[in-house]
Amino acid sequence: MGIENIYSEILMEHANSSHNKHHLAHATHTHRGINPSCGDEIELEVFIKDGRIEDASFTGSGCAISQASASIMVDLIKGKTVEEAKKLADIFTGMIKNNITDEEELEQLEDAVALKDISHMPARVKCAVLGWHTLEEVAKNKKTC
Amino acid sequence: MSNRYKEDFPILRQEPGRKPLIYLDNAATTQKPETVIRAMEDYYREYNANPYRGLYEISVKATDRYEEARSVTAGFINAKEPAEIIFTRNTTESLNLIAYSYGRSGLEEGDEILIPISEHHSNLLPWQQLAREKKAVLKYIYLDEKGSLREEELEEKITNKTRIVALAYVSNVLGTIYPVKNIIDKAHSAGAVVVLDCAQSIPHFPLDVQELDTDFAVFSGHKMLGPMGIGVLYGKKELLLRMPPFLTGGEMIDYVAEQEATFAPLPQKFEAGTPNVEGAVGLLEAINYIRQVGYAQIGAVEDALTAYALDRLKQVPYLTVYGEDSRTKNRCGVISFNLEGVHPHDTASLLDADGICIRAGHHCAQPLMKYLGLAATCRVSLYFYNTKEDIDALIASLMKVRRWLGLGN
Repeated sequence: MGIENIYSEILMEHANSSHNKHHLAHATHTHRGINPSCGDEIELEVFIKDGRIEDASFTGSGCAISQASASIMVDLIKGKTVEEAKKLADIFTGMIKNNITDEEELEQLEDAVALKDISHMPARVKCAVLGWHTLEEVAKNKKTC
Repeated sequence: MSNRYKEDFPILRQEPGRKPLIYLDNAATTQKPETVIRAMEDYYREYNANPYRGLYEISVKATDRYEEARSVTAGFINAKEPAEIIFTRNTTESLNLIAYSYGRSGLEEGDEILIPISEHHSNLLPWQQLAREKKAVLKYIYLDEKGSLREEELEEKITNKTRIVALAYVSNVLGTIYPVKNIIDKAHSAGAVVVLDCAQSIPHFPLDVQELDTDFAVFSGHKMLGPMGIGVLYGKKELLLRMPPFLTGGEMIDYVAEQEATFAPLPQKFEAGTPNVEGAVGLLEAINYIRQVGYAQIGAVEDALTAYALDRLKQVPYLTVYGEDSRTKNRCGVISFNLEGVHPHDTASLLDADGICIRAGHHCAQPLMKYLGLAATCRVSLYFYNTKEDIDALIASLMKVRRWLGLGN
C-alpha cells in the first residue's frame, strides 16, 4: 500500500476546495459528528424535501482525509433520496472495513472510491467515515421528525 | 553522529531486510533494551510464581525480586524507605489512587485543588471528578504564550484554601520543565500537599523526592525503558499511613472476618491482588540500564539533539514550533509543531511512509490545546538513543509533506 494512493489528486482537490464547505441557509437537518480521539469535527447540513436531499453542505475542521471524504460525500448525496444516501453510506462503510470489494458495487460511490485504500490504514478509518456516520445520524433523526 | 546505544535496543538495530525504524515518539513510550526484555523472559522461564505466600523456592525468589525492585526504585528517587514505594499499573493509576484515597478522605466543600492548564488528562480528570464529588474548587494556573508558568499567577492562585497542588515536572506537549521546587515550597507555606507527575521527567533527569520535599511523586515504567503495566507511586510515609486503602482484595489484608477486616501495613495496603512481578523485574532492569548510561550522559546527548532538532525545524518552510523554541534550561526534547495548512494527522501518516514515528493529536491535553487555540499538533519526542541522522530523516520527510498534499512547498 502506497501512501501516495491515498493522498491522490481527487482527495487533495476536495481537501483543498471549499465548494461544499459552507452553511446552508435553508437546512432542514443539521448534525455534528466528532471524532473524540483526534478532535476532527464535522457539521453536516442538509435540505430534505419529500424524502429527497435537495441540497447539502458541511463545515468543520480536521485532517485532509476527513474533510475530503465529507466533501466527496456531499457531492454524492445531493439529489439522492434519504434511502439511497443511506445505502451509499452502507457501501462506503463496507468498503472501508474491507467487507465490500465487488467493483461494480463500489462504482456507485464514484469519487469516494479514492478512499478505498484507507481500509489498510486502521489509524485513519475513523477520519474517512466521520462524514458518513454523521449522515447516518441525520437519516436516523429524519425518521423521528 | 551515530549512537552506540541503538545497538542495545533490538527494535532499533539495523538489520538486513528490515526497514529502519526512526522512533521519535518517546514521550508516548520508550523502546526497551535487550537487558529489560531478557530479565522479563528469565522471570517466566525460571521463577514464575505468585509472590508472598508460596512456600517453595521459586515463589520466594519471585518475592525477593519484586521487593528488590521496590528497594532499587526507592534508592533511585531517594525515598527514605522502600515502604514509601507503591507499585501500580501506571502514572494514571497512581494519580487516581491519590485522588481517591487522599482526596476523598481529606477534602471538604470549598477546598481548592490547583493544577496548571497544561496537565495531561491523567492529572486533570481525577481532580475534576474529585472536585465535583466533594464540591471542592478546581483552579487552573494559566501559562504565558511560551508555555512557562508565571510567578504572579502562581502567587495569586495559591491561597489558604488550597489543599492539593498537582502538576507535571515536564509538560508532555511543550516539553517545558516547570520550577517545581519553588511551587512545592509555596504550596507547603499555604498548607497544601503536592502531587508531582514525573512521567515525562524521570526518563531524562534525576528525581530526588527528599530534596524537592514533594509529598507524592508518580511515574510509569514504560516511559523509562521498562515494560507497560508497571507504575510507581511515591508517598511520604506519614501521609500513606493516614490514607485508607484504594483497592481491596487479596495481598492487602491482615485479617478478614465476616463483617470487618484489618489491612496490611505499607506498602501492601495499597497493592491489592497478585502484583505485576514481571513488570517490576523489567522496571528494575530499566533503572539499572539508566544508571549504567548515567543521567549526565543522557542529559548531554538529549540537550545536543534537542538544540539540533529545534535549529533544523526552523529551516522547514511553513513550520511553527510551539513553546520555547530554543534549547534552554527549561526545556526537554518534547517538541510540538505544525505545518501551515496541514492537519497533524496527515503529517504523521506521510512521515510513517518513511518509517518515522511521531505523535499527532491533542496529546491528552485538550484544555491546553483550547487555551493555546490549537486543534492538534505534531509532536516529536527524543530520547538518548536518537541520533542526528534520525532528525535529518525527519526534516527531509517534513520538507516533502506540503508538496505531497498539493500545497506547493
